[in-house]
Amino acid sequence: MATKEYSFYPGCSSERKASASNYMVSVETMCKTLDVKLNEIPDWNCCGASIGYAQGGELPRHAMNARNIALSEKSFGNQDIVATCAACWLGAKESQERINHSESLMGDINTILGEIGLKYEGKQHIRHMVEVLIEDFGYDELKKPVKKPLEGIKIAGYVGCQTNRPFGVAGESFENPKYLDKLVETMGGEPVEKYDQKVTCCGGALAFSEPEKSYVQIKKIIESAYDFGAEMIVTPCPVCQMNVEVYQDQINKKYNTKFKIPVLYYSQLMAVAYGADAKGAGLDGNIVRATKLEEIAARK
Amino acid sequence: MTTQAVEKYHNDFLKEVEQNVEMGSWVKMCMQCGVCSGSCPLGPHWDHPPQEIFMMIRAGKREEVLTSESMWMCTSCYNCVVRCPRELPITHIMHGLANYAHRLGIAHKQNPTRRFATIFWNNIAKSGRVNELELSVRLYFMDGIVKGIKTGLAMLPVGLGMLKTKRLDPMGLVSHHGCKGKADIHKMLKKANELEDKRKGYA
Repeated sequence: MATKEYSFYPGCSSERKASASNYMVSVETMCKTLDVKLNEIPDWNCCGASIGYAQGGELPRHAMNARNIALSEKSFGNQDIVATCAACWLGAKESQERINHSESLMGDINTILGEIGLKYEGKQHIRHMVEVLIEDFGYDELKKPVKKPLEGIKIAGYVGCQTNRPFGVAGESFENPKYLDKLVETMGGEPVEKYDQKVTCCGGALAFSEPEKSYVQIKKIIESAYDFGAEMIVTPCPVCQMNVEVYQDQINKKYNTKFKIPVLYYSQLMAVAYGADAKGAGLDGNIVRATKLEEIAARK
Repeated sequence: MTTQAVEKYHNDFLKEVEQNVEMGSWVKMCMQCGVCSGSCPLGPHWDHPPQEIFMMIRAGKREEVLTSESMWMCTSCYNCVVRCPRELPITHIMHGLANYAHRLGIAHKQNPTRRFATIFWNNIAKSGRVNELELSVRLYFMDGIVKGIKTGLAMLPVGLGMLKTKRLDPMGLVSHHGCKGKADIHKMLKKANELEDKRKGYA
């Protein structure tokens, strides 16, 4: 198959020494195997995230996303825009939808971008990486490069919110999306199909501002994974990954629990299954180490 | 501004919301079924769940709605949006109400999410990209040094874990790069704010 190219929007958390830097490492490894070329949008900026609304307001938020889209148009206008972060994808897609459906917004956005010599058309498709995997490859195609199936590992597919609502992935239901389970299965792992907190909110940005309330959410997400026998959790979102992984000790202290469950990105599972070593799969970036995956990665 | 707005809309708060709040024109579509309230992950923490907020807007309870902490409980999970039988963009209406109350200066002053959201936006507006270390430090120290050190110590294991796995830049406070086109970001946001103010009647 020929190389597939996309205009790539990595987002702030994917930067070096940022909270999802290991996501980026594993995505690069995965894309190498799949012969995907990600063309980074030159000088992209933050999408405003979901918490940007309060101080940012409407137009400034859309302007942030419109700048990225306009920069992409200039450099890679004939390619789809792909984001790996759920919030980046949602923010960009939402702004594009709003601007494209309103003449007055379109006018204002181009007045704003005109100040910095850019023009917005908004014709590219904006997609999340999992859409690329599912739609441009498909599960059968994704299975072909598997060298080390993740045999015997029970994995809970924690989809979370923002790749699932309000847009979601085509063909999936909001209440019980199956794509992570299918990806786990494709990589030879064992999806925990009964996992009943797969679309529960982790608290998002409120894990910062209202930690106690978010811990209740995170506790539910982890407890259910354990209840149904999961050995690790997999997610497509940097905020979900961070919230569910890094606060486990805080929750243990507060609720007298003994949580210690690894939380991985789908791309880390895929990198390992495709034969990458632990570093290439970004496993050294997990605070709760995924020892079972490390063992597979170390196997010759 | 507050008195002016009240006068302009002749005490018709619904009209004010429709004109000035993001997606506010949808408010009248609510049929009070309560699915949004039952679907919210932080539901129990809302003084007035969305369905109630919608009715309060129609009842003209301007002060109670805009000073409420309710909208600040929204985690942007969009569960209410996909479940609403009338397809109201509830998440955005809640964001819009919070933003409006914040801009008018009447939102709940001490609400932590309001304060965090402000820190967050100022953080990204400065360099175009998130500076994660600065963001956390500013959040922990927003109530002064003493409280900051206490929160900082409690969260230290989390921070050290992030440092050890190279997911936090220890130099973030002194050498964050951000966008090359910082000047462009500033210029763009200045214009965007100017037009937003005009649109929403703040100017």
